[in-house]
Amino acid sequence: MNSRTRTRSQKSAYLYILPALSASLLFVGFPLAQTMWYSLHRWDGLSTPIWVGFDNYIEQVMSPRVQAALLHSIVFIFFFALLPVCIGLISASLLSTKRLRGLGFFRTVLFLPQVIALTVTGMAWRWMYNLNGPINEILASIGLGDLARPWLGDFDWALPAVGFVGTWIVFGFCMILFLSGIARIDPGLYDAAKIDGSGPIQEFFAVTLPGVKPELGVALTITIIGGLRSFDIVYMTTRGGPGTATTVPALEIYQQAFVDGTVGSAASIAVMLVAMIMVAALVLRRIFRTEQ
Amino acid sequence: MTSIFREPRIADDAAPATASLPEVAPRRRPLRASLTPSALLNYLLLGVGAVVVLVPLYSIVAVSLQPRGIPAAGLGWPADPQWSNYVEAWNIGTFGVLLTNSVAIALPVVTIAVLFSTLSGYAFATMRFRGKELIFALLLIGLVLPFEGTIVPLYYTLRALGLTNTMWGVALPEIGLYVSFGTFWMRSAFSQAPPSIVEAAQVDGARQWQILWRVLVPISWPSITTIVILFFIWSWNEFLVALVILQDPASRTAPAGLGAFVGEYTSDVPLLAAAAVIVAVPVVLVYILLQGYVIRGLTQGAVKG
Repeated sequence: MNSRTRTRSQKSAYLYILPALSASLLFVGFPLAQTMWYSLHRWDGLSTPIWVGFDNYIEQVMSPRVQAALLHSIVFIFFFALLPVCIGLISASLLSTKRLRGLGFFRTVLFLPQVIALTVTGMAWRWMYNLNGPINEILASIGLGDLARPWLGDFDWALPAVGFVGTWIVFGFCMILFLSGIARIDPGLYDAAKIDGSGPIQEFFAVTLPGVKPELGVALTITIIGGLRSFDIVYMTTRGGPGTATTVPALEIYQQAFVDGTVGSAASIAVMLVAMIMVAALVLRRIFRTEQ
Repeated sequence: MTSIFREPRIADDAAPATASLPEVAPRRRPLRASLTPSALLNYLLLGVGAVVVLVPLYSIVAVSLQPRGIPAAGLGWPADPQWSNYVEAWNIGTFGVLLTNSVAIALPVVTIAVLFSTLSGYAFATMRFRGKELIFALLLIGLVLPFEGTIVPLYYTLRALGLTNTMWGVALPEIGLYVSFGTFWMRSAFSQAPPSIVEAAQVDGARQWQILWRVLVPISWPSITTIVILFFIWSWNEFLVALVILQDPASRTAPAGLGAFVGEYTSDVPLLAAAAVIVAVPVVLVYILLQGYVIRGLTQGAVKG
């Protein structure tokens, strides 16, 4: 009798899961498998697809355009992830949260870029970097007018300029995340470090950094994925230009699938992008796993 | 960690030793005294961060009020703010239609994704069943997978189903992706509910279904509110899916319309800026009113992952 009620309870669990699981399988799992399938075909979106095995992958990896896109996504890991995480870590460890009045206001402001549509953020920075825009005006006002340029149209500066938008989007998020991590650290650990004669830098590496390990793992995972998948910002600011100076994998997927009509190659880039994201997520999970 | 964070605590630690002395209470520092050099450093750091965030946002509002037709310039607030730019952007960009479309997509996405997440989160938090770990791991893929990985076949499948240029063409993929975070979030919310409450309800003879709706959901409102707001913001801001699936201008969402606007009015900076502000305002309002939920969701939701 008892075992039968337990069996029944188990079966009903599937009913509760069914809606969410079917939505996820139909609109995430199935299209993901389809992307892989597409990537093994040559297809223009209209005629019958032709099986080409891994030819799309070989072609795409050899293409200078796609190589540029993949390289830029690595550069974006620096701007979207490493730089803001470092800014967040250092500033959060210098801050004291306990008795700070007005922290709520700063938190609200620092979090703003997280909720504003990336398309809007892209528009804002398009103007910031405009030849007549605020960045050049600020440079001129501090006597660096010689540096003024149309940043997004400059072959050397466009990529870091777009990358910095990524830094702008996430540095505040990182600060807040690390602040909440630090607030959780047992104060006794700092006292112990002090008694051991640790300076602020040793204290940072011995107490703060291990203390925020979960937050660090989370921040790196979210921001690295954000950098690898970036699309909206690039689309709104440069569309990959000038030339291919700022193109990224997501933009190549969009361009090839929906503008050029080379659907198979677009899918192969998508598979490579997903692979990079999955590898990054799994490696970070392994590194930052906390024993519980 | 600098000293001021710890200074007061060291003082507190020292307190028991001097507890017998009557002067202890007055030694508590008045609020004003907290403006020590290191408190100044705090405000300096936070202030620089806030200014860095606010300058681009201020500047897009400032430039949206500059006169059209002459080259816009700089950071200054316009002498004669052209509020009519907003009327122009609203009319030319058909933002009445775009905002309506955005709402028409966000509402079903939020309702359905939150409902599905609540149901599956309940199962994962309270029930035992075969394949639980595997199914959960499968759902977790949606936590890291971006639309970039599925958009190509999504377009062709939804087109074959006649769903391109319709709200469901965008809503369904969003629901499919958001239930991953939602399940995850609600599982952790329901796991935190005190077991004694559930047990008491069981003793009273409540069924599984009743326990969910009469016991767990009422005490989990803050968590549910959080995903309601997050899903709304995500859906409102979603760009790639809307751009690809909604190619008919009449069906576009606000961000997709903004994307098209940029292509058409490349150099009309004030008009584009006004359009961008229109797209941002609804979400910023929601954020300012309910920021506690948003910040909690984005930081805690992330950490639990």
